[in-house]
Amino acid sequence: MLDVRNLEVVYDDVMLVLRGVSLTVPRGSIVALLGANGAGKTTLLRALSGLLDVHDGEITKGSITFDGEPIHHLKPAEIVKRGVSQVMEGRRILAELTVEENLRVGGHTAPKDLAANLERVYGLFPVLKRRSKSVAGYLSGGEQQMLAVGRALMAGPKCLLLDEPSLGLAPAMVAQIRDLIVEINKQGTTVLLVEQNATMALAIAGHGYVMETGKIVMDKPAAELLADEDIKEFYLGLGAEGAARSFREVKHYKRRKRWLS
Amino acid sequence: MKGLLETLVRGLGNGSVYALLALGFVIIYKATRVISFAQPALMLAGAVAVSYLVEVTGFWLAVPLAALMIALLALGIERVCIRPMVGRPVFVVAIITLGVDVVVRVVVNAFIGRDVRQMGDPWGFDQVSLGPLVVQQRWLAMFGVTAVLVALLFAFFRYTRYGLAMRAAAYDQETALAQGVSVGAVFAMSWALAGFLAAIAGMFVGTGQGVEQTSWIIALKALPAIILGGLDSLGGAVVGGLTIGIVESLFQSYQGEYAPWLGQNFAVVSPYVVMLLVLLVRPYGLFGTREVERV
Repeated sequence: MLDVRNLEVVYDDVMLVLRGVSLTVPRGSIVALLGANGAGKTTLLRALSGLLDVHDGEITKGSITFDGEPIHHLKPAEIVKRGVSQVMEGRRILAELTVEENLRVGGHTAPKDLAANLERVYGLFPVLKRRSKSVAGYLSGGEQQMLAVGRALMAGPKCLLLDEPSLGLAPAMVAQIRDLIVEINKQGTTVLLVEQNATMALAIAGHGYVMETGKIVMDKPAAELLADEDIKEFYLGLGAEGAARSFREVKHYKRRKRWLS
Repeated sequence: MKGLLETLVRGLGNGSVYALLALGFVIIYKATRVISFAQPALMLAGAVAVSYLVEVTGFWLAVPLAALMIALLALGIERVCIRPMVGRPVFVVAIITLGVDVVVRVVVNAFIGRDVRQMGDPWGFDQVSLGPLVVQQRWLAMFGVTAVLVALLFAFFRYTRYGLAMRAAAYDQETALAQGVSVGAVFAMSWALAGFLAAIAGMFVGTGQGVEQTSWIIALKALPAIILGGLDSLGGAVVGGLTIGIVESLFQSYQGEYAPWLGQNFAVVSPYVVMLLVLLVRPYGLFGTREVERV
């Protein structure tokens, strides 16, 4: 459904941030994209949703196709209309507007389906319905994240791009968001989930990609990634035996990421 | 007491005009973060357009037609002069609006000539009795029309799809983009709205005394209004405009009696004195967003 081929992105004409990234998100799936800070995950999402311009970024090579049609030259509004919506990192809710106004802004491109979409989002997030008239800035972090996801769903997307939805949330809230992502996926929305919380992401994803310094370095079914020694070590914080590593061992740190050699 | 109340009515009337102009400034500022100095020219152009159209269509049709014309003119200015500058420093864009102001005014001046152009409005300097008060009809018209326009404007921002999109873009442009809002359309709409309001204000400036080449200077009184109300607050623009109008009117009525040492016509500069005081005490205005700068 969503295909990225050999994508290269440059910021400010000089900073090469994505170096030939290729990735496929099949229809109806949840695909996880893992990677440390600065790996280029957010840049990839910006490229997908057409927001590179705002950050002086530019696609210099490669292509993005959605349902077989190239979308990498389209404006963000057009991309949203085609069915790709992004939930940006850090929630980015419109804090001065009410919850309902936030949702209505999310439905900007689909005015005809506004009522139906609003009902669907309120069904998924009853807490948003209860607080629909409150100013969004007064919601808790978890509620704000729900609002951000709900707002993206208001456009009726076929494919939802989630940028670190678990960031800064309490574990119970993370679990709730995780279940919601599964539910949204079950209702027929394809999901590309960008996460640092690899445990959570791989638990629900069918397939996973690992990104480092602007390249995809590993790409396997999620179950295999979970079992991979390197992933366990570098992304799940588990030693080879499955136990958490102690800091003492860091001194004798010898392991090298296999994909670098 | 009667004199004071009449003074207040005059203040509210003139203040309404400042409020309309201030709203234009604030709408453009909120959408684009640029203070548009082209407002005086748009105001003057609106007044002149009414003065010509009135001979053809009559007053009541001339006003909305002229307002639409100026809205279109503002759209054109935005498309040609402002849109290509998106992403450039706002200072540069503000200077461009200053240039636009001069150009438009020079063109409009050619249509004014040396005459005073009349609006052909039904009010003139006619007076009306409100109980014991005797006030000019045009002040009531200014206040009434402004009240209706402000109500419509607030409803637009609150309930309509594009109004919400404009508020979203004003708050966080990237987020608005990500929701599929076209920021270009938001810029265009902000200019069109500002042009529309400026034209109506221009018509009111011309009621009674007519407009001449120097009338544009009245639009600058919107600056004290937005400084007082807060640069990024629509409500603030209205309150600021009305307050400036009342202050000016009070000075007109009482300064000669109580503070003759200030000289004649101090009322003309009184809005700017208010602006100075506000800048010293509360630089972000009554309702503006307080900027926090960490040093």
